[in-house]
Amino acid sequence: MPDNGGIDRLRDSGLDAHDAQQIYRHMLLARAISEKSWLLTRQGRVLFSMPCDGQEAADVASAYALDAAIDFIVPYARSLGAMLVKGMTSQEVMLNMFGKAADPNSGGRQMPMHWGHKKLGIISMGSSVGTTIPRASGIALATKLRGENAVTMVYFGEGSASEGDFHEGLAFAGVHRLPVVFLCNNNGWATSVPVELQSAETQIAKRAQGYGFPGVTVDGLDPLPVYQAVRTAVDRARSGDGPTLVETNTIRMMPHSSSDDHLRYRTQEDLDAERQLDPLPRFRDFLVSAGLLDEESDQTLREAVDQEVEDAISYGDAAPSPDPATARNGVYAP
Amino acid sequence: MGEMRLIDAVRDALREELAADSGVFLIGQDIGVNGGVFRVTEGLLEEFGPSRVIDSPLAESGMVGVAIGAAMNGMRPVVEIQFADFIFPAFNQVVSEAARMYYRTNGEYSVPLVIRAPCGGGVRGGLYHSQSVEAYFAHVPGLKVVVPSNPYDAKGLLKAAIRDDNPVLFFEHKLAYNTVRGEVPDGDYTVPIGEAVVRREGQHLSLISYGLSVHHCLEAAETMSAEGISCEVVDLRTVRPLDTATLLESVKKTGRACIVHEDNLTGGVGAEVAAIIAKDAFEYLDAPVQRVAAPDVPSFPYSPTLEDALLPGPADIVRTARELAAY
Repeated sequence: MPDNGGIDRLRDSGLDAHDAQQIYRHMLLARAISEKSWLLTRQGRVLFSMPCDGQEAADVASAYALDAAIDFIVPYARSLGAMLVKGMTSQEVMLNMFGKAADPNSGGRQMPMHWGHKKLGIISMGSSVGTTIPRASGIALATKLRGENAVTMVYFGEGSASEGDFHEGLAFAGVHRLPVVFLCNNNGWATSVPVELQSAETQIAKRAQGYGFPGVTVDGLDPLPVYQAVRTAVDRARSGDGPTLVETNTIRMMPHSSSDDHLRYRTQEDLDAERQLDPLPRFRDFLVSAGLLDEESDQTLREAVDQEVEDAISYGDAAPSPDPATARNGVYAP
Repeated sequence: MGEMRLIDAVRDALREELAADSGVFLIGQDIGVNGGVFRVTEGLLEEFGPSRVIDSPLAESGMVGVAIGAAMNGMRPVVEIQFADFIFPAFNQVVSEAARMYYRTNGEYSVPLVIRAPCGGGVRGGLYHSQSVEAYFAHVPGLKVVVPSNPYDAKGLLKAAIRDDNPVLFFEHKLAYNTVRGEVPDGDYTVPIGEAVVRREGQHLSLISYGLSVHHCLEAAETMSAEGISCEVVDLRTVRPLDTATLLESVKKTGRACIVHEDNLTGGVGAEVAAIIAKDAFEYLDAPVQRVAAPDVPSFPYSPTLEDALLPGPADIVRTARELAAY
């Protein structure tokens, strides 16, 4: 029997059954791409990857609160779920993973998972984390100066919140009440350094008070509170009331990147315990209990997602590499 | 047509571009009510309002980062860094982000951004209000670096910089603001970025410079002329990209070259110009390429006796020019 409490929870979060199924599908897709990309790096077919395993709920549900047609996302390398919600296709992701000429993110110029897709309103990121935060304030400033309605959301980890640019970007947005949402994925680890060594106050959202706007912390392993908090922040931004800092507490189930070995600084027991918190089975169980998913439809969905990613890998692998004759092109805009 | 100070030419360029393009806005410390600490932006807040002339928090990286974002979202921001000496907190934003955005996005995103900063010594500004920082940025692919020497160029180059789709660093010598005057025509014009100009024709040696040092070269050329040595003075105007054709043409004619800048010697723009001459004008040279620059001291010290001991000026150029001519 469906648990009507589940439906009530969904509705209270501002979502309907279709939304929930869309969020679940995007979470599954992000996980499948992340897992398969990891395997591709182990096979030597892809040279670098930054897994997002553990933060699919936070990334997908937060991006789902945006208006994909007009809003901007300023991502970081673990924002795969948000990229998919914003409209990046599995094929485009795989063109990026294989560093191919047709990769819309950088045409093979940046390492994999360094997102940026102008047609989709995804602002380019480099590898120097935190620089994106004042950039997001600038995107939002331009929007505000022109009297437009778009909201900008910038994603970053709690490690990036230690950068000076975090402070400078939030301070500016607060002064000018800019339509921007600062979304901090606090997974507790900046590569090998735990959050306790970033700051004596590990709850990042508290810092918002210092900039004169709200900060909220939510369970980043459950899409519903993430969506609800970000939706509130987006509405607030769009209505001219200024920025919000949303902190999603997440987990990092995999190493920092394909070049990292997390057993150098984490124990297997810790990792095993964290895996029990995996947001995917948790949301699946919720959908089943709410009567929005059953064993069969889940299996069908997983197979479809799996096939989509396999097809995308074949497509990305087979696509032409950039022409070496173009390596010096495009240093300056004409 | 009227004679004006360099500072007035910079202000006119800003005012005209603000009026002509609603995408242009200014951001910097103290540029609003206070009109900038040098008064470059005086009156612009009153004329264009606080959404076009934005007093920034005291945060150079943040203001450049904000400007990059705005530039990527359709605006043409002009940042004022209060003194070039204070640009270093923004170095990462300039070098890691603005400079390579176009390349790293395979031409999808450009960053039409201008960063203006007063530079240079001779004003008793001590170690942190006297530096020339152009060499740090001249090294960086993706940036353009402009250092005007006179009001006409300052106005025309700044307009060109604001209309350019690339990030442009624009360094204004603070001693030149009020001391260098020149004719500036009424109405709109631009001076192309990347084109040097011969300020004074000469036969015996080439003095190659930019910014305020061009005036020191012209003074030295006058002195040398009385000694029968004819100096050509080349004003680079842009130090990245360099106008190699113009500087090589001059050196091929004279056979002797001296590069002059106020920035310190090692790794300066002069080193790059010297390398270009050595490669492409080697067979025309009658003497080793020389450089006149500040010595490798952190910056100009405060006490007048100390600063004057280090500032390169006309006398230093004359001394080197005599050596070159006699070689």
